[in-house]
Amino acid sequence: MTNSFLMRNPSTLWFLLGLSLFTIVVTALSDAGVGVMSTSFVKTLGKTLCLCLIAVAMDVVWGYCGILSLGHFAFFGIGGYAVGMWLMYARTEGIVLDSFASQTIPPTPQEVTDAIGNQIFGVVGSSEFPAIWAFSDSLILQLLLVVLVPGLLALLFGWLAFRSRVTGVYLSILTQAMTLALALYLFQNDSGLRGNNGLSGLQNIPGFEDTPQSTISLAFFYASALAVALGYVLFAWITSGKMGSVIKAIRDNESRVRFLGYHVESYKLFVFTITAVVAAIAGALYYPQAGIINPAEIAPIASIYLAVWVAIGGRGRLYGAVIGAAFVSLLSSWFTGGGAPAIPLGFYTVQWTDWWLVLLGLSFVAVTLYAPKGIGGLFDYLVRKPS
Amino acid sequence: MTTLLEVDGVSVSFDGFRAINNLSIQIGEPELRAVIGPNGAGKTTFMDIITGKTKPDEGRITWGDRNISLLGMSESEIAMEGIGRKFQKPTVFEDQTVRENLAMALRNPRGPFAVLFYKKTREGAARIEEIADEIGLSDSLTRKSGELSHGQKQWLEIGMLLAQDPRLLLVDEPAAGMTTAERELTTDLLKRAAETRAVVVVEHDMEFVRRLDCKVTVLHEGSVLAEGSLDHVTADQTVIDVYLGRS
Amino acid sequence: MTRVLIMLAMLLGFSPAAQAQDLQNLLQTHAEEVASPGRRTVGVVLDDLAASGIPQVATFLEQWQEKSVWQGPEGLFFIAAEEGDTLNLTDIDSGVQSTAPAAGFTQLKPNGGVRRVIGTALVQFQLMDPDLTRRTTAVASIARRPEASQLAPLLASIDGESDAALKARKIQLANFLSASFADDPTDRIAAITSLSTDVSVEARAVLNQILTTSTGIATQLPSDANIAQVLTPGAEISLDAAYALLVEDDLAAPITTAEEIKSALAANIVDGRVGDVPVVQLNTTDNRAYAYAQLAEAGTAPALVTTADRDAALADYVFFEIYDEDDATITTAAKTALASVETRVAVGQTADLTLDALSLASIYFLAAIGLAITFGVMGVINMAHGEFIMMGAYTGYVVQLFVPSYTASIIIALPLAFAVTFGAGVAMERLVIRHLYHRPLETLLATFGISIALQQLAKNIFGTQARPLTSPAWLDGALVFNDVVQISYIRIAIFVLAVIFLFLILFVLKRTRLGLEVRAVTQNPGMAASMGINPDRINMLTFGLGSGIAGIAGVAIGLYAKVTSEMGADYIVQSFMTVVVGGVGNVWGTLAGASLIGFLQKGIEWLNPSNTLAAQTYMILFIILFIQFRPKGIVALKGRAAAD
Repeated sequence: MTNSFLMRNPSTLWFLLGLSLFTIVVTALSDAGVGVMSTSFVKTLGKTLCLCLIAVAMDVVWGYCGILSLGHFAFFGIGGYAVGMWLMYARTEGIVLDSFASQTIPPTPQEVTDAIGNQIFGVVGSSEFPAIWAFSDSLILQLLLVVLVPGLLALLFGWLAFRSRVTGVYLSILTQAMTLALALYLFQNDSGLRGNNGLSGLQNIPGFEDTPQSTISLAFFYASALAVALGYVLFAWITSGKMGSVIKAIRDNESRVRFLGYHVESYKLFVFTITAVVAAIAGALYYPQAGIINPAEIAPIASIYLAVWVAIGGRGRLYGAVIGAAFVSLLSSWFTGGGAPAIPLGFYTVQWTDWWLVLLGLSFVAVTLYAPKGIGGLFDYLVRKPS
Repeated sequence: MTTLLEVDGVSVSFDGFRAINNLSIQIGEPELRAVIGPNGAGKTTFMDIITGKTKPDEGRITWGDRNISLLGMSESEIAMEGIGRKFQKPTVFEDQTVRENLAMALRNPRGPFAVLFYKKTREGAARIEEIADEIGLSDSLTRKSGELSHGQKQWLEIGMLLAQDPRLLLVDEPAAGMTTAERELTTDLLKRAAETRAVVVVEHDMEFVRRLDCKVTVLHEGSVLAEGSLDHVTADQTVIDVYLGRS
Repeated sequence: MTRVLIMLAMLLGFSPAAQAQDLQNLLQTHAEEVASPGRRTVGVVLDDLAASGIPQVATFLEQWQEKSVWQGPEGLFFIAAEEGDTLNLTDIDSGVQSTAPAAGFTQLKPNGGVRRVIGTALVQFQLMDPDLTRRTTAVASIARRPEASQLAPLLASIDGESDAALKARKIQLANFLSASFADDPTDRIAAITSLSTDVSVEARAVLNQILTTSTGIATQLPSDANIAQVLTPGAEISLDAAYALLVEDDLAAPITTAEEIKSALAANIVDGRVGDVPVVQLNTTDNRAYAYAQLAEAGTAPALVTTADRDAALADYVFFEIYDEDDATITTAAKTALASVETRVAVGQTADLTLDALSLASIYFLAAIGLAITFGVMGVINMAHGEFIMMGAYTGYVVQLFVPSYTASIIIALPLAFAVTFGAGVAMERLVIRHLYHRPLETLLATFGISIALQQLAKNIFGTQARPLTSPAWLDGALVFNDVVQISYIRIAIFVLAVIFLFLILFVLKRTRLGLEVRAVTQNPGMAASMGINPDRINMLTFGLGSGIAGIAGVAIGLYAKVTSEMGADYIVQSFMTVVVGGVGNVWGTLAGASLIGFLQKGIEWLNPSNTLAAQTYMILFIILFIQFRPKGIVALKGRAAAD
């Protein structure tokens, strides 16, 4: 089935081809190949792929279904936290067991748990394991939580919101409120997730202490690329065919779709939830590469940036979201990382670390005003011109 | 002819304004019915109530052979019961092709997962061809519906209604903005549809109503003022006073 | 109450004696004690001095305390100042000045304890000092460290007090002292009962002081003691805490901790075993206890005390809290009075909370009303609204850079902030928003772009650190009703500003041509346009108006919070909530939304005062749920206008 689906959607094939080429090029340039690409840059590219994945999800929920969710970065963060809990627990357990090994008397299980608790929660003045860490010793259960927690949260929130016909800007504000509530909750020290310290040391993968970061970074890069490929195909499949027809119709005229006999709320809920789950998976891959997650990552502004990427890349076309996320996030790290040369004007020197956000904000206004189809629209225009 | 829809003593008010006031109407199957009335008579609200968009303050609406109540059902449930609605302003999905528009309306399972795993069938394709032929858009199936002319959009919307295969069609001002030739086609379309099902046409245009040649209900201030043939109601003095006299 | 005090004064037998005697003679009768006073013995001298009624006593005591009294070769006392080898002497009675060589004189150096006792004695003189400041200082020093001995002098000084405020304060303080120290229990109870209407922190401290308890342990509950509460281990007191009390009193041995067991085991490893347990098996609590028991039996470790031993020991004792005050009638009176005070305090706190909530609601109203107007009229969400608030606040800051007078600067800043943000709003409407009508989601994003640009711009211009916006001195301080209920003037000013704006906006909308046109465009833009109203102009003016109000809100908010480039972002979500909860396109709706959110936030903060983050979290969750049940807000438009 998928085979014939790919045949009918050549743009998806082209995308997969491009992604494979990109993966090969990065491998060749990295330490595994000629070694001109630094490990940290491989990580940056891997992270960028994760951002591309959540951008694709955002594009489906906003560009195709018309729900401007300002909450998808919250799901991304939850995914990161869920996997981060296992990473942190397992790594701390290793350290604690090592330190006990040097003592004459072997530790009791309680002593081990207490010591791990002390290590992890000492920064927030606690040593007790909160209830939400109940499964943190099991990778499989935590991976299940990566999918389940955001999925159920999206299902509950979406059910409440769509059921009472909250739409348009109201829904955007409501999702933003949800994100803010989650971020504020996580900022508390007694949230059980280390307050504003967040989870750290996530780049150290338990069981692979001896593997060099260059290898780990490449492995995560491949995993991210695979996730993007699978996510892209999944969403391309969902948005093509009759499902795509219906959700685009919902975007364009919700009540008309209702009178055709479709239960609009179920469709929105389906799209909202599945994109939330994909966003969480993207987050679960992102944060081990970033090494640290804290509540500031989830702040409402992050979700708005996500919308910005998708808008600049071009809504309603999946590759547009990928282009937008990759382009803007890489450009952003180039400008803010001091990569861009300062411009001396004689009386004033433009430092890009100071002026990048001004530029981004204004160019965003310009894109909204003059190029509502974004960079992807430009792409369309170039491709179609010959015919 | 059996009674398909019975609206009984329905009232609804917005902020103290009674848009519908103790309205009672019966529609049979098959039947072609025209509903006329001056602006603000409650024609659109009447449709909103039947299709579930507006909840009435009081009254009953019973439907079908099993006399089920439409009150408390959602828009999509009512649509699935077999009530199709065409809006005053043509609302087709302009970003999608005529075929996609019709395919969406085809009578098939409406759940998200059924739709997600939906596979095109030969019967479906044949039905689309058939409807396209009926509404005169056979050559335009692959065109984006946004590119269609105003009249064609109206027909496409009627075609989508037909694809839903409803027992009752509610059609709001189908002739608005059409040329004379287009009107004739539309009249034929509606009359043909009414042979097998109930069709309720809300219309302003007397010529168009006359051409439909059917029973007419006159609404005024939210309730039925007169009912009968067009000649009968136009002879009614109260109707002349409130409606015809003014126009 | 005054009568009680006077009676009390008479009972104490305090009467100013007026004996014609001079101070030097009196001192000579106690010469030895004066020359080298002891903390416990000096009281006799001081009592005599106080009873003598000699006017110079106060001065003498002060100088004595300051170590400025010297004893001459003949044993006479002088007030003296050292200057090289000579002393400038002042006669303690006549004040006559003279000089003498320092040799032969000894300086009196009372130690710290004595000086404190002297100080206490001095208080009664200071209380009647002709100088008001010194009297006030004396009263304040009593209030800081109340002692039984101060009651009598304080009572004595009340009648002669000329300053009304100080007199009231003295009466109040005397009342506190009687409640704590009066000899006659009836007087104490009367004084205590009179405190039941006083919500001041001091009065509560006095009552709590009377009710202080200490924990007691006994095998049987003492029958004669004034017991506050019996502490049942496991209920009123935790088992461990109760056992710790036993351990403290050497009535039991402490529980052997896991750590002690572990180190005892580690110290006694023989051939890889402790007792007959291999070390590798010491990884469970049970095995460790078993191994330790063997050590204890062998005498190499103290006996194991377990929680079972603890529970057995606890069963032999009763634990109780006993009042430091023996008289049960007094503690009962104090308890009753305290309960009554606490009820009053609770009422006061409710009032205080209401005031707090009201001022928070005013701030939200000011922040949100501009947003509500633009949202209601144009269906446009302006994400840069928060940055307009920030621009207003920075306008105020810049004005204060040039205008030194705070009052004048605020008076200039308010209209100027309005003008600046009005201009910015109109410019934004002209350049961006009007091109995006009918695309509300895209307006949201475009204005967000403007928002991040403006925020960064402000950072580039003003830096990242917070800038002050100083309020005029007459807005400093607070309106204090009592120790519980008070509100700062600045919050009152913001409340007044909010009320002014409420009426101003209602006036503009209901009584002016512009308002009529705005309402027409809100309700039916198409119809309004066909009636000759230019929607473009209306949109522009409304947007300007909404932004201008944001500017003024910025000045108001800047006065009590710091001005930073991120301050707008702090208010934007709350403002959205206010508008959405209240209902779009309606001034009263915004008012209702602001009130609901303000009161809700304060209410939740009160329930969980330690955690404002949690309060905000719960409030947002509440709002999300609220919108489920009233999607169109508290004040909803109904009918066809609201449907589309």
